[in-house]
Amino acid sequence: MSEHIVPVKNYVAVFLSLLFLTGLTTKVAFIDLGQTAIGKTHVIDWNTVAALVIAVVKMLLVVLFFMHVKYSPGLTRLVIAAGFFWLAIMIALTLSDELARGWTGTPQPWSLLLPIFHPYL
Amino acid sequence: MSTAVADVHEVPVGSHVNYLNASYGIKSWLFTTDHKRIALLYLASITFMFFIGGTAAVLMRIHLIEPQGALVQPETYNKLFSIHGIVMVFFFLVPSIPATLGNFLVPMMIGARDLAFPKLNLLSWYVYIVGAIFTLYAIISGGVDTGWTFYTPFSSLYSQTHVIATALGVFITGFSSILTGLNFIVTIHKMRAPGMTWFRLPLFIWAMYATSVIFILGTPVVAIAMFLVGLERLLHVGIFDPAVGGDPLLFQHLFWFYSHPAVYIMILPAMGVISELVTCFAKKRIFGYSIVAFSSMAIAVISFLVWGHHMFVTGQSVYAGLIFSVLSFLVAIPSAIKVFNWTSTLYKGSISYEAPMLYALGFIGLFTMGGLTGLFLASLATDVHLSGTYFIVAHFHYIMVGGAVMGYLGGIHFWWPKITGRLYPDAWARFAALVVFVGFNLTFFPQFMLGYLGMPRRYAVYPEEFQVLNVMSSAGASILGVGYLIPLIYLIWSMRYGPAAGPNPWGARGLEWETPSPPPTENFEEIPVVTEEAYNYTGARQTLG
Amino acid sequence: MADMVHTAHSPALVHQFETKEQQHDAGSLGMWVFLATEIMFFGGVFMSYIVYRALHLEAFIQGSHFLDVTFGATNTAVLICSSLTMALAINAAQTGKSKSTIITFLGLTMLLGAAFLFIKFAFEWTHDWTEGLVPGLHFTYSGPHAPGVELFFCFYFFMTGLHALHMVIGLGILATLTVMAYRGRFNSDYYAPLEVSGLYWHFVDIVWIFLFPLLYLIGGRYGGGH
Repeated sequence: MSEHIVPVKNYVAVFLSLLFLTGLTTKVAFIDLGQTAIGKTHVIDWNTVAALVIAVVKMLLVVLFFMHVKYSPGLTRLVIAAGFFWLAIMIALTLSDELARGWTGTPQPWSLLLPIFHPYL
Repeated sequence: MSTAVADVHEVPVGSHVNYLNASYGIKSWLFTTDHKRIALLYLASITFMFFIGGTAAVLMRIHLIEPQGALVQPETYNKLFSIHGIVMVFFFLVPSIPATLGNFLVPMMIGARDLAFPKLNLLSWYVYIVGAIFTLYAIISGGVDTGWTFYTPFSSLYSQTHVIATALGVFITGFSSILTGLNFIVTIHKMRAPGMTWFRLPLFIWAMYATSVIFILGTPVVAIAMFLVGLERLLHVGIFDPAVGGDPLLFQHLFWFYSHPAVYIMILPAMGVISELVTCFAKKRIFGYSIVAFSSMAIAVISFLVWGHHMFVTGQSVYAGLIFSVLSFLVAIPSAIKVFNWTSTLYKGSISYEAPMLYALGFIGLFTMGGLTGLFLASLATDVHLSGTYFIVAHFHYIMVGGAVMGYLGGIHFWWPKITGRLYPDAWARFAALVVFVGFNLTFFPQFMLGYLGMPRRYAVYPEEFQVLNVMSSAGASILGVGYLIPLIYLIWSMRYGPAAGPNPWGARGLEWETPSPPPTENFEEIPVVTEEAYNYTGARQTLG
Repeated sequence: MADMVHTAHSPALVHQFETKEQQHDAGSLGMWVFLATEIMFFGGVFMSYIVYRALHLEAFIQGSHFLDVTFGATNTAVLICSSLTMALAINAAQTGKSKSTIITFLGLTMLLGAAFLFIKFAFEWTHDWTEGLVPGLHFTYSGPHAPGVELFFCFYFFMTGLHALHMVIGLGILATLTVMAYRGRFNSDYYAPLEVSGLYWHFVDIVWIFLFPLLYLIGGRYGGGH
């Protein structure tokens, strides 16, 4: 039972941080942060990374302080972790199909004997 | 030799106040919050749906007696197998043990007065009924022909049948499962009696907990899948239409992300029942309690990692296929471990062959066969040959019927005296169990052979050379049908005319057996304090009562 | 402990629980388990969005440019304010403030929630309708990547619509809480419904915290979108 009572000024501090981060993410969206190539066909878009990182930080602030998870028992954290872990599984394994579909070429007889070459290598 | 004999000193049924006679009238049932009454509401509903799904199966098997089809048009045949699958999966198997035996037993086995949220429990039943009504409406107005898998773009763009109504029915019923799972998880965490530590819980509770984890984390995703199909049909937008950039396989990922774990929703509770039956009728502690408990949790977790094995031949990335294949082999391990544990429990036990035990023994054999054949399907290469054939049909029916349904029937028989306060005639029950076993094998073993020889599934016609095996399968189905009708008759008969059962006709261990049969509404006069391990059988036959 | 003390305004212990603490813990755990299901529910749509964005990046960038960042950012701020007022409502009950304080904060939360919906429906969605960007009902865009843009808007409306539905349900819950507060049901000893509803409300806020960048911001806004 979360008997812990969070002082109002903590709430206000979290609130102001959230507003600040919202402004930040909006501002940053209009600045080109560039892209970095990895391998031959994919890039990391730093704007996307920035936006997601900021969103995760905002989420953590809400979860830990507004939702009192900082003061909650371990079972609560386990439930939250399970939810996100399962979401991660779903996204990762689905993307392992959706993004990797074009990776195998047309089978040739000799390729049965050789390892399948990946476009990157 | 033993037959369950009523303790002659036991007072006749109904003379003590219990949950059945505590109040009368239809309103006391429709507005109840007593988990035991809700369990019976579910029992009636899912039995009804079972016979709807079973009727579709009977019609299919009659049709397949002849290579060119003996009964219906191909379009109708498509609707029959779709209705059979949808009703049996979503409206019978998924709720079967959790909503009936789970609802009844979870509070009793842990020493609680009810579930954590009794009103949510009643709501879950009403949600189930609403979902069932939508689906029955769809069936009556002409059915659906997409298969229970609703694959796009056929279901979203081309099918001319009642897809939206059926998808809506499935969507709504999913919430019933979610509410049940939520209730079980909170109840098991927060309402165990003093002394009832996690490792003193009956393995049935572990099974219910693992099943509830799957309910919670998987069902919402199939809800989204159904929603998107409905949206696409309704608005004619191209979410899964390749012509506008949609990906039909995305639907399959969303669908199978739930539907593979769903098959573990269907089997884990049955495994929980088997642990209870095997220990009671061998009068022996379970071999390797914590291993069985952990295996249940391992199955729940790993089951979410393997769904792509339903998509090996769909054009899914071969790399994803590799990953899913390896993980599918992993998921077989905890199931196999459980089979070893049950057989080790039987070894040197004091075994008796009442009907529940016959169902349990049948389960162990048939589930093993079903599980082993799953390995052929987990291997990418052999799955290419077997996918879309009757081999798959036989595989999953060995698990779902030979496993889950037999576990369900075994559990119903085992706890029937507790639920109703009556004994059923065990001789008839054993006979029916044998009829079910014979009928089942005659129905489905030929289907392994048909599949291996290449007969495709979901086809209304087939080549002449497959007729003998098909006729065998249909003959078996008729026997199986009879096998299911017999318990319906004697169980209903026993509710009125069966002899009174004492608190513990089987001499079993567990908190539920320490209450009168039927139990009072509040389950326990005083919340018990637990000091013993589970399955504290001493090896000698217990005295009754 | 205050377990067995029933003040005139707090409800009796319900029969299936042995202590008030058990009842409170069960309620919280129940809400968290429900939120886990919501993570997977929204997660399914988020995943679909991620897949299609990866496959149709240009089209999705194009579609994203049709959305108004000012409205989106304003709505984000509105929801963050509402989370603050919700937390303050719970805090007011916890610290034994008067029921009018609790009602004030609940009322502000509802007002902000309604403001969010107003901005979304009256400004954003009606604008999208007049621009012919509503798939299936009124979609007239025929510029570059038209099929992909239509796909983008399918997801835009589905995701924001699902979120809005959760907001509407949240408003209903808040209204119920306000009535309960008016009847003096909450005090420093009993505020579980506020706490549990607060969890739901904050969750809906978090969903928007992700929806905003994913729908409005990611897409090279620096290229000159408005």
